Amino acid sequence: MSSLSKIGIVLCSVLFVVSCSDKNNRNYQFMPDMYESVGYEAYQKVDFLPNGMEAGLPAEHTIARGWMPYGIENTIEGKEIARENPSPLDASKQEENLKVGKEMYDIYCGICHGDKGDGQGDLVKREKILGIPSYADPARNITVGSTYHAIYYGLNSMGSYAGQLDIEERWQVAEYVMKLKQDLTK
Amino acid sequence: MHYRSLNISQIKCIVYFCHQFGRGLERVYYLHTKKSCQKSDRNIFNMKKVPYRNLISRILGVSLVVVLLLSNSLHAKETAVLQESSAVSSGEGDPVKGKQLFNQNCAACHSLTKKMTGPPLAGITEKHDKEWLYAWIKNSSAMIKAGDAAAVKIYNEYNQAAMTAFPTLSDQELEDILAYTDAPPVTPKPVAGAEAGAGAGQVQSSGISNELILGALVLVFGLLVVMLFLVNTTLRRIAEANGVLLEKEAAKKGTPIWKAFAKNQFLVIVFVIFLLLNGAYFAYGYMMQVGVDQGYAPIQPIHYSHKIHAGDNNIECKYCHSSARVSKTSGIPSLNVCMNCHKSIDEYKGNPEGPSAEDLANGYTNEFYTKEIQKLYDAVGWDKENQRYTGETKPVEWVRVHNLPDFAYFNHSQHVSVAGIECQTCHGPVEEMEVMYQYAPLTMGWCINCHRETDVKVEGNAYYEKIHEELSKKYGVEKLTAAQMGGLECGKCHY
Repeated sequence: MSSLSKIGIVLCSVLFVVSCSDKNNRNYQFMPDMYESVGYEAYQKVDFLPNGMEAGLPAEHTIARGWMPYGIENTIEGKEIARENPSPLDASKQEENLKVGKEMYDIYCGICHGDKGDGQGDLVKREKILGIPSYADPARNITVGSTYHAIYYGLNSMGSYAGQLDIEERWQVAEYVMKLKQDLTK
Repeated sequence: MHYRSLNISQIKCIVYFCHQFGRGLERVYYLHTKKSCQKSDRNIFNMKKVPYRNLISRILGVSLVVVLLLSNSLHAKETAVLQESSAVSSGEGDPVKGKQLFNQNCAACHSLTKKMTGPPLAGITEKHDKEWLYAWIKNSSAMIKAGDAAAVKIYNEYNQAAMTAFPTLSDQELEDILAYTDAPPVTPKPVAGAEAGAGAGQVQSSGISNELILGALVLVFGLLVVMLFLVNTTLRRIAEANGVLLEKEAAKKGTPIWKAFAKNQFLVIVFVIFLLLNGAYFAYGYMMQVGVDQGYAPIQPIHYSHKIHAGDNNIECKYCHSSARVSKTSGIPSLNVCMNCHKSIDEYKGNPEGPSAEDLANGYTNEFYTKEIQKLYDAVGWDKENQRYTGETKPVEWVRVHNLPDFAYFNHSQHVSVAGIECQTCHGPVEEMEVMYQYAPLTMGWCINCHRETDVKVEGNAYYEKIHEELSKKYGVEKLTAAQMGGLECGKCHY
């Protein structure tokens, strides 16, 4: 065999090995049976389930664990009722609540409403989303109950945050928003 | 703004000068090095310094380009200012102030040109008279209750969404806002576009010259090789003619080297051991990477750029991956989380400085991203025109990147909320990733290593108080690593 063809064979085999490492595919596994779950994984595609997804909504007339019905409807009248709704959190632990509230607020709200609640978040400054009002806006006159209502259902362009925050966290954020409003109107 | 207004000859001019500028720079650099040589060698050669003749003309050319570029934007600015000032003089409201007020108060639900939560407002005074608009803005729900026909019609048309009342806006402020909505839509193209274009021209021209240099080098090397070959053959011919026996031919008469090698047993054994060790090294290396997906970067059904969301827009990781705080898995966000922002953001406008050359080379233009947002709308069933959900949804089949084998247990909330570890520690610089890839190997050795090095965060965590006290006494250390707290026990992760 000539040396040229030998070099050719080596090059081809190198190419063959290299071509297997594809960023779009997972690597080989030693024992796939131990790697891959027999049970369904979260969000897995399962053909016979509704929507073809493992993840689903709670069955009708049931509630998820740790979840309580809110009881106020998403209407204009409901919003007025919610306005009078007081926070159910323990007032003696207010400091702790505000601390958690701030943490959550900075993650979920500050991006639009601004860290101070003045409606100047990063997305507003970059002109991606416009028209975020300040919490101190006297025309809106937000209360802790109406804030909770807005977090729960969303309001106009704002979406609902009920999926990202649980009941306690929502009230903690609402209390923190009230604190921001106080600081702004000072 | 004014890239478009350049005519073709101007653009040609600019491109030509950029090109010349690139070449001029090289020459200047060359000249500079030459000069410094001359300085040091002056007393030897006593050479005369010759100034670069064309340098002044180059500088003039470059400044002409700059003037050309700037003059356009200056012109446009002047005209824009003129337009605005004329608008001020003709109407009573000030559209500049109006824009500010509009962005603050109205833009959440209204756009000038497209439907949002509320109707588009460009030229709204032609549809309704000003008195009616004032009444509506100050208290729309009262008008609806009073049964004003036009008011009720709009209210029903827009999903019965009640508009926030603005009793605090003064008449002058309303006048300003209406002046802004009535102003002819000025869509200023950013100057950045023109600059970027010119910049690209420069980059290209320098790229061409680089290629030229490389080509010349290749040519020179090729010539050298040919010359060597020719010299070699002629020398060989001369040697043969003179009857000199070449070494190569002399060697042929002795024993071939592989036979000599095979006869020397010591060499053979050493060689075999060397081969075996080498083979073992590569076999080990190959087998250790089986099952490791580091660098895995699958193509996702919707091109979601972490770079834009987490990097440019600075959105917290936990905004979308909220379950990382409280559960085992850091979930893939459901589409309603996307819609929190994308209800308002239906097109990608990019950074103020425009897309980078790298993005453009990859095809990541603004239109490309806008199309990806449309894919989201299709999946979630959002009708952009009418601003409502159609109810026709389809799941997005995201491809999971990070996946631990089923026999290993990992809990996100324990690491994110309790230990307070940054997401980037394991997932790498996600805020710079255009396409998400697996940064860490996610092997057991990698986990163990981190557990050995990382101190447990015990401050303010009553759960750890007692055990920390006892264990730190036992090990005689102030701070405990995760390993000393039992982070290496098999049963912690495998059960």
